Amino acid sequence: MNYRWNWSILLQEPYTEWLWSGLQLTVAISLASWVVALSIGVVAGVMRSLPGGALRAVAGVYIDVFRNVPPLVQLFLWYFVFPEIVPESVGLWIKRDLPYPEFVTAVVAIGLFAGSRVAEQVRAGIEQVGSHLLPAALATGLRPMQAYRLILVPLGLRAIVGPLTSEFLVTVKMSSLSLTIGILELTAQSRHVENYTFQGFEAFTVATVGYLVIGLCVTGLMRLIDDRVGGAALRKASS
Amino acid sequence: MIVLKDVHKSYGRQQILRGCSASVSLGEVVVVCGPSGSGKSTLIKCVNGLVPFEQGTITVDGVSVSDKTTDLPALRAKIGMVFQNFELYPHMTALENVSLAQIHVLKRSRTEANARSEALLARVGLGTKLASRPSQLSGGQQQRVSIARALAMDPKAMLFDEPTSALDPEMINEVLEVMQALAQDGMTMMVVTHEMGFAQRVADRVLFMDGGEILEDTPKAQFFKEPATERARQFLTKVLTH
Amino acid sequence: MSNFDWGIIAKSWGFLAEGMALSALLVLVATVGGLILGFGLALMRLSQNRLIAVPAAAYVTVMRTLPLVLVLFWFYFLIPLAIGRPIGSLMSALIAFVMFEAAFYCEIIRAGINNVRPGQTEAGLASGLRRFQVMRHIVMPQALRAMTPLVLNQIVIVFQDTSLVYVVALHDFLTNASIIAARDGRPTEMYTLVAVVYLIICLSSTKALDYWRKGRAA
Repeated sequence: MNYRWNWSILLQEPYTEWLWSGLQLTVAISLASWVVALSIGVVAGVMRSLPGGALRAVAGVYIDVFRNVPPLVQLFLWYFVFPEIVPESVGLWIKRDLPYPEFVTAVVAIGLFAGSRVAEQVRAGIEQVGSHLLPAALATGLRPMQAYRLILVPLGLRAIVGPLTSEFLVTVKMSSLSLTIGILELTAQSRHVENYTFQGFEAFTVATVGYLVIGLCVTGLMRLIDDRVGGAALRKASS
Repeated sequence: MIVLKDVHKSYGRQQILRGCSASVSLGEVVVVCGPSGSGKSTLIKCVNGLVPFEQGTITVDGVSVSDKTTDLPALRAKIGMVFQNFELYPHMTALENVSLAQIHVLKRSRTEANARSEALLARVGLGTKLASRPSQLSGGQQQRVSIARALAMDPKAMLFDEPTSALDPEMINEVLEVMQALAQDGMTMMVVTHEMGFAQRVADRVLFMDGGEILEDTPKAQFFKEPATERARQFLTKVLTH
Repeated sequence: MSNFDWGIIAKSWGFLAEGMALSALLVLVATVGGLILGFGLALMRLSQNRLIAVPAAAYVTVMRTLPLVLVLFWFYFLIPLAIGRPIGSLMSALIAFVMFEAAFYCEIIRAGINNVRPGQTEAGLASGLRRFQVMRHIVMPQALRAMTPLVLNQIVIVFQDTSLVYVVALHDFLTNASIIAARDGRPTEMYTLVAVVYLIICLSSTKALDYWRKGRAA
């Protein structure tokens, strides 16, 4: 293998600047998408865990659709198709006046995709905890909605703090898809550096290390939260 | 037949077995009893090397269990073991369960193995259940199959790890009867159990364990009439009066 | 919606079908290769020997943390370098997918094996069977039964993952649709079609799996 190593290019401008901005964008997209995913996912998951009714059905449609279309396709739909199918004035606003259109589109697309996955985790958590606690709660005289609101949902959410870690990591991985609509996040920048310097090994290694470090931080943080919230005991008790 | 000398076993910082010594002669039936957590199951699993131990020696039919040069699978083929949770293979019929080790360890032909399995299953009273899967059998039936499975290897000794603890009360007797018949046929047996009635009827000697130590090792009659240690006395009164 | 030309779908039917054929090929190779390599990785992870278990664990962790896009770029860059000459896009992508999905199949297989009760292994060993005999006759049959639904589920995920070859311009279903979208200026029709096709295939597969799973549990 005849490859010329040159790790020093990583310390040269503008490459360092490119990679650093790429990392920042990756983190920004991941966090913003995660906020969207959590907000929608928790609501949809709770709706899906209801015993019946319109809310459960609506959540079901959301989850089924958004989990079964590839995230890249969803991104393209939001970026290319959505502005065309809304009323003309809205479409024009999106294409002309929306600040950071690619960023917002990526966050919406990734957020909604991840949200459907979060919804499934939330539903599973509530059902797992509920199968044991619901009968007990009802036996003390609580009405179903009360049992739900006071016990199942809070405990269900605590039980899944751990499993949600992997969903956040999926969101981080999905952030790389935004390069297809022109966002120069970490993966895109590493390719950019490779194109300019032909030092692919060095460039991709930086990106790799970047994602691994993010992964480690997230896993560590979630483990801390899971411990404080007592998730492991809840999961064990409901198994 | 089975000789344990000064066996120590720890799990991390917890000491499970503290210097246990005992022996089981050919044809003897030894019952091991004691409160939960006394180390009885661990002890019996050390005998066939399922659980490794740090100190001491165990020899079965002259072969040392902890010696690195010992062929453990060959040794285990000579000792039968019956587990508390039966551990029948759920994806096989009763007949296949009993034949598996015969075919793959003893290298018997499938026809010969199946013939022997049929006879053994009939011997434990399950001649009509050859093609049944474990999920179709009651707990007592499953345990009897598991005894047949152990007997299929023509073992020199049998180890029982709380064979009736996972059974509904009405099924305990069918299993104990099979075990009693085995003892009467002269099988060397080491039985961990809470069934004191069985011990009184069938055992030759009783080992009482507590806190990882063997506190008593006495002939059956003497154990039940007048145990030597206070701890054994307490245990007996609690077990026999409920 | 009146100025949308849905007839374009009929006109480009052949090109789209070619793309779908490539997507199917990617799924097939990624799954078969991924299962074989994944099984090897699982056995390595289960080994008592740390020199074998740790590298396997590291590989799996890294592959599961990195975005598939980056993995695709890595292999595009590395493979020609490693073998000394340029290699086709398709080959690089196939290798990248096998290496990537193997990590996921490894975890499914490992979980399947670990979920077999330890007592089953003890019972097998106690009757004199050797470890690999216990694996072959007792543990693997039970593990396979448990992991089949998860493997099938993963195949649906792999199918969705193959759409990412867009970033290396490989002519799969999505890429071909995007080519037509750009050439004829019809992104709406094309991407809607792509979404609908994926939705129908994935959703019906998932529902069929759920139905089959419930049937087995009954």
